[in-house]
Amino acid sequence: MLDLGLDVLLKGNNMIRLLQGLWVALWISLVSVIISMPLGILLGIVMTWKNKVTKAILRIYLEFIRIMPQLVLLFIVYFGTTRIFGWELSGETASIIVFVLWGTAEMSDLVRGALVSIPKHQYECSEALGMSMAQTYRYIIIPQAVRRLIPLSINLITRMIKTTSLILMIGVVEVLKVSQQIIEANRMSSPNAAFGIYLTVFILYFIACWPISMLARYLEKKWR
Amino acid sequence: MKTWKKLLSLVLVGALAFSFTACGNAKKSDSGSKGKEAFRTLDQIKKSGTINIGVFSDKNPFGYVDENGEYQGYDIYLANRLGKDLGVKVNFVSTEAANRIEYLQTGKVDVILANFTVTDERKEEVDFALPYMNVALGVVSPSDKVVKSLDNWNAKDQLIVISGTTAEPYLMENYPDIPLQKYDSYATAKNALENGNGVAWVNDNTEVIAFAKQNKDYTVGISKLGDNDTIAPAVTKGNKTVLNWLNDEIKSLGNEKFFHKDYEETLVDTYGTEYEEELVIEGGQTK
Repeated sequence: MLDLGLDVLLKGNNMIRLLQGLWVALWISLVSVIISMPLGILLGIVMTWKNKVTKAILRIYLEFIRIMPQLVLLFIVYFGTTRIFGWELSGETASIIVFVLWGTAEMSDLVRGALVSIPKHQYECSEALGMSMAQTYRYIIIPQAVRRLIPLSINLITRMIKTTSLILMIGVVEVLKVSQQIIEANRMSSPNAAFGIYLTVFILYFIACWPISMLARYLEKKWR
Repeated sequence: MKTWKKLLSLVLVGALAFSFTACGNAKKSDSGSKGKEAFRTLDQIKKSGTINIGVFSDKNPFGYVDENGEYQGYDIYLANRLGKDLGVKVNFVSTEAANRIEYLQTGKVDVILANFTVTDERKEEVDFALPYMNVALGVVSPSDKVVKSLDNWNAKDQLIVISGTTAEPYLMENYPDIPLQKYDSYATAKNALENGNGVAWVNDNTEVIAFAKQNKDYTVGISKLGDNDTIAPAVTKGNKTVLNWLNDEIKSLGNEKFFHKDYEETLVDTYGTEYEEELVIEGGQTK
């Protein structure tokens, strides 16, 4: 039989440690999502304004965050702020800052895209019906935009959960780091454990992300 | 559109230049003024009651986390002793090979004890205390055809190395005539040796010794190849008080043969007793 080294998970507190690691990853992404989604929606609406100054500023912000690999952003926020300003951020705080900056930027562009994709005649018809600007957004534009936004933002959320695997580089011990620790601690006694443990991590990430995808699918069907 | 793009790139370049000068200024003020230093002095550490020590959490048997979530290993054993002698609690920080220097330079840890090999490049960035372990390259080969020397090499035989390890540049520089087989990972190199693709495998001597100990059909023909490097604790550049204390501590630990005890507690299962003298440095004295 193929030896996956799964018995390693039953040693001591290994399985609990793995789950604790998963919780760290989920907690950081959850907090970041809760902060960055509303911010992203606001910024996305601002992005559709015709004002040249706001447009330029937001464009630079978006491009900057998008071009930078997340790992570089993490290093800048964690080590850079200590070097330049002497701030002592914890690894968790630094990760949340980076994920909020990144999530907000990506979300705002998604919102902008969704708003822009609503055909112009929808606005014109609302105006012809005598609706105010607020009413137009409340009853016509936002319901349509939200529907277009759901699959895109779910994709973003799952991406944020998966990208937490990078925060081990700034000393946060999350699920992937715990799994590396377990594999290495048992390198001699069960050299095959890597496969079994990474498989377990895969299943854990899947369990974490799958309900979110299901929710998205449900909402999409319901609002069709 | 074009001018718009030009404008954007200009702004970006400006922002970058600004951030670089900002970094430069910060560095200058660090070394120049007596104000806020990046590191904590020995007294500050004692006062706070905790010392932050950067270690590996996934390098068995030097620094790893056991199944109960406790840090263990050769480096950890030393770290705990340092904390005890200083009368402070040890806070272990999990570091990676790639961010160890950054952790010291920003003062996020006071000492690095992460299997840190002393090199000239690293000496520019951090201050090393006295060494506590030797590392060199080693060569392992099948027991029925042990490779004992790399001189007078038969050009048909190939050597196995892992890309990115110190073995690769060392062999290319010192033995350019020996054909190398390069593998990406430990597992593939191990398979290659077992399948007989090459006559021997060159890697860190700790790695090959551990391998030969596990696999009885293989023998370490050369346990010390090339320059002898050492492993030492590192502190933030300029942190004299902690550095001096570490040096005194390592010297006095030598009197009680502390590192031999450390070896016997943590490394003997992996390397066996026969390499103890070769690997351990006692009291900072390199032979």
